[in-house]
Amino acid sequence: MAFVDDSKGYITTAGEARVEDYLALLKPRVMSLVVFTAIIGLLLAPGGVNPVIGVIAILCIAVGAGGSGALNMWYDADIDRVMSRTANRPIPSGRVTPGEALAVGLICSGFSVAILGLATNWVAAALLAFTIFFYAVIYTMWLKRSTPQNIVIGGAAGAFPPMIGWAAVTGDITLPSIILFLIIFLWTPPHFWALALYKQGDYQAAGIPMLPNVAGEAATKNQILLYSVILVASSLVPLFIHMSGWLYGAIAVLTGASFLYLAVRLHRAPTQIGMKKLARSLFTYSLSYLFVIFLALLTDHVGQLLGWVQ
Amino acid sequence: MSGPLVPQHDEAARRRRRRNSIALGLVLGGLVILFYLLTIVKMGPAIFTTRDL
Repeated sequence: MAFVDDSKGYITTAGEARVEDYLALLKPRVMSLVVFTAIIGLLLAPGGVNPVIGVIAILCIAVGAGGSGALNMWYDADIDRVMSRTANRPIPSGRVTPGEALAVGLICSGFSVAILGLATNWVAAALLAFTIFFYAVIYTMWLKRSTPQNIVIGGAAGAFPPMIGWAAVTGDITLPSIILFLIIFLWTPPHFWALALYKQGDYQAAGIPMLPNVAGEAATKNQILLYSVILVASSLVPLFIHMSGWLYGAIAVLTGASFLYLAVRLHRAPTQIGMKKLARSLFTYSLSYLFVIFLALLTDHVGQLLGWVQ
Repeated sequence: MSGPLVPQHDEAARRRRRRNSIALGLVLGGLVILFYLLTIVKMGPAIFTTRDL
């Protein structure tokens, strides 16, 4: 695999990793959702921010999320190897060593927090540091392998980015930013339990106590429905605290009704095959739902600024 | 005059290492630009002010 004698013109290779493998460590798909919600939080915050500082803040949040993703992959390499969805990740496939992943995770985390603090304020930096700690330590190292409520509590890590974006502008934590947090926090359980329902064999093999494996499908479907109702209700809060207007309200009602419809259909699914298909539909729809809800918040906000929406 | 014989496997490794080095260089260059821009924005118009010492 490696030739060491440089005097003969041979080269030394430390590993098989390519640039793409290091990028994959940062979980770019998760990062894209983090970046999107952080941008919305940053743009919704009152006061505004210098565009260069705004771009740097988003970059820091993205790299921080990537760093926590790399730390997650470093710690979870053993279970990633077992699950079909994750078996081809850089560490289980042997392209990146665990030590390299740990180094990438720590460097990205450290730099992102420090630069965010220098560029914006230390409230935002502290929130980012806490998010990374929460995802890498509280969720990955503790909750994920010990309780079926893992993604309920661990979902907080994914819910912080809009709050960080908001804090990067205002330097504080206020009710509207907490509501942005709440929407993602309540969205996480139905999203991941829908995934767990049609991938439960994978989680079972890896020994992760996801709700369908521990409490059964019926209990999981009940919980999905319950959280879907609370999620849709919480998505209407921006309307009642005058954070958003009728445009957001209309979109939240329509998309929320579709979410509830899919959750009810899943709840009533008569057969195993039908259930898996509906679980997959809900999982896919939930991704679009979050995207549309946050985009609606921004559209409504811009509309209000321009005087187009009441 | 011919160069040293390099196995095909090592040629691929050499290309991969070169790409990784370029990527690392770009990241470092990006950091330099980022700190430069951050400094300019943080200092604001004061950066163009000259004062007698």
